[in-house]
Amino acid sequence: MKDKIIKTIRFIGLGFFEPLVRLAAGEDQKKNLSDVFKKIVFPILSIFLFLALWEGGASYLYNTEAQRKIEKERTDRGDEAAAAMIACIESGDISCQPNTLPSPTQVYGAYKALLKDHNIISKKKEDFESKTAKINEKRKAKGQDPITYTGRPSFVDQIGTSIKTVFAGFLLAAIIAIPIGIIMGLSPTLRTSFNWLIQIFKPVSPVVWLLLVFMIVKTLISNPDLDKSFIISFISVGLCSMWATLVNTSMGVSTVDKDFINVSKVLKLNIGQNIFKVVLPASFPLIFTGLRITLSVAWMVLIAIELLAQSPGLGSFVWEEFQNGANDSNAKIIVAMFVIGGIGFLLERIMLVIQKLVTFNKADLA
Amino acid sequence: MAFLELRNVHKSYKTGNEVTEVLSDINLEIEEGEFVAIVGFTGSGKTTLINLINGLHFPDKGEVLLKGKTIMGPGPDRGVVFQNYSLLPWLTVYQNIMLAVNEIFSDLSKKEKDAHVRKYIEMVNLSHATDKRPSELSGGMRQRVSVARALAMNPEVLLMDEPLSALDALTRGTLQEEIINIWSQDKKTALLITNDVDEGIIMADRIIPLKPGPKATLGPEFKINLERPRDVTAINKNPEFKRLRNDILEYLIEVGADRRQASNQKYELPRLNPVMPGRVRFGIKKETEKTKYF
Repeated sequence: MKDKIIKTIRFIGLGFFEPLVRLAAGEDQKKNLSDVFKKIVFPILSIFLFLALWEGGASYLYNTEAQRKIEKERTDRGDEAAAAMIACIESGDISCQPNTLPSPTQVYGAYKALLKDHNIISKKKEDFESKTAKINEKRKAKGQDPITYTGRPSFVDQIGTSIKTVFAGFLLAAIIAIPIGIIMGLSPTLRTSFNWLIQIFKPVSPVVWLLLVFMIVKTLISNPDLDKSFIISFISVGLCSMWATLVNTSMGVSTVDKDFINVSKVLKLNIGQNIFKVVLPASFPLIFTGLRITLSVAWMVLIAIELLAQSPGLGSFVWEEFQNGANDSNAKIIVAMFVIGGIGFLLERIMLVIQKLVTFNKADLA
Repeated sequence: MAFLELRNVHKSYKTGNEVTEVLSDINLEIEEGEFVAIVGFTGSGKTTLINLINGLHFPDKGEVLLKGKTIMGPGPDRGVVFQNYSLLPWLTVYQNIMLAVNEIFSDLSKKEKDAHVRKYIEMVNLSHATDKRPSELSGGMRQRVSVARALAMNPEVLLMDEPLSALDALTRGTLQEEIINIWSQDKKTALLITNDVDEGIIMADRIIPLKPGPKATLGPEFKINLERPRDVTAINKNPEFKRLRNDILEYLIEVGADRRQASNQKYELPRLNPVMPGRVRFGIKKETEKTKYF
């Protein structure tokens, strides 16, 4: 039981809970307690340290900004206006708050506000849907398009859009890069002849990819019903991020252990069997490393691309909040930052688990 | 006409403009059902020789013939047991053997294939490890899987490239016996490459030494006229066994010495005076030296 739990948590990358499990099972108290401190208590303390540093830094920045505001008022309009400014700032009036890095408390407040906003919007949406349900049925019977909710998306909706975009882009990258990588890995001629293309396209900025995709998609897709901004952004994300998989796949396939190739030759495997039974499993570890890099690059370039493509995801959320300049905009941007980081971390972990499930252990080769 | 025949085979490797002739003028004839061992030093081109027969390499000059036909590449008529097992680590024992069976007996039904695979796993005494992966097996067990895989292809010739040299002496002994037992069931033609003279004498009908490379060529053959089955422990006291072993070893050492003499290189040895650290004179403790780090 205990060993099974430990095995599972190690497998999903939560190995730091191991001493707790051992402690609960009543195993070697002294050693496990010190392990709990090392692996759980200190990391949590480090988070608090980070929050404290942030809080201190934010309040320093807040004071500097407030001081500057008051001084400016004093030189521009005299002592009376400066006193009024001090009073205004102290009263907490939104109109005269110094605009700077928000503190952790403000960010937490913004997070709650966003959740509340989401609840309100989804309520509205539900109401709208129940109201229009009957009308939509009639319209459907007549063969007309149903009425859909066209209000502003909530923060959670935007996260959903971003995840959808990343996922579509990632799939596109995998579908393009893995087969081409295999072909390039199998043929040294193709590898050298396409190498220059890869070297040139790999460092191209996401913004340029977006413009390139825009030029092509704009001409090819004229149907106004299609969500063009989504199509453009997911294709750009895919094209930006596929290079790591492409290079790693061709590398993995071209460096398969010679012994395995000899086995495949001696057993006279046909091309399909050779690729699927020998070459691919042997290069899985490298292909998966490539896919993991691809996923993290996809998530990284997403913000810039959504921002430019006007796709209603986290990227445009960040940009809109920045343009908006409301009192809690900065805090909302930081919330988005943590959400992006958290989801990126989660995706990486999921990929690691999948990798462990489908690939053999490199140590097994010995 | 011999079953497997090598005629004036030459093989060399090129690196840039430098050509190293590994094998030179190899002539070998193996009759059907014969068990031949080739014994040689490491680096004498033994693996190259077996790769020429299994079709992974081709000779520069000369011919390799199986039943009178030139070998044009690897084929299911020659089963190979590699030195480093070469099992696919992501497949189980069963799947590893099935991979070979699937390819060669593609017209059999699923049930027949399954029975075929299980028969060969049984033959090498690995039924308990059918669903284990190579990483969970010991070296000896892995090599048994490799043997089972080669045999499951139902080859006409069994080629073994130092199959036991990575194993410890005890496992070696048992596996030698097992391989011989399996071989004696249907007496397939077998070629064993080894660096162990005893192994050759215990297993083979004929031993042919391979002179050390470069330009390695085959030496005179030694016929083994020991009764089968040969008992590994009893054979050690057999005078015929001792005579054969001495003859072959003598021959190998002789050609090895020739080889060394053939190269005229002289090595100048430096003049060294022995130094006794930590003891200068009896009774007087040597001052400990302080190591300076900075």
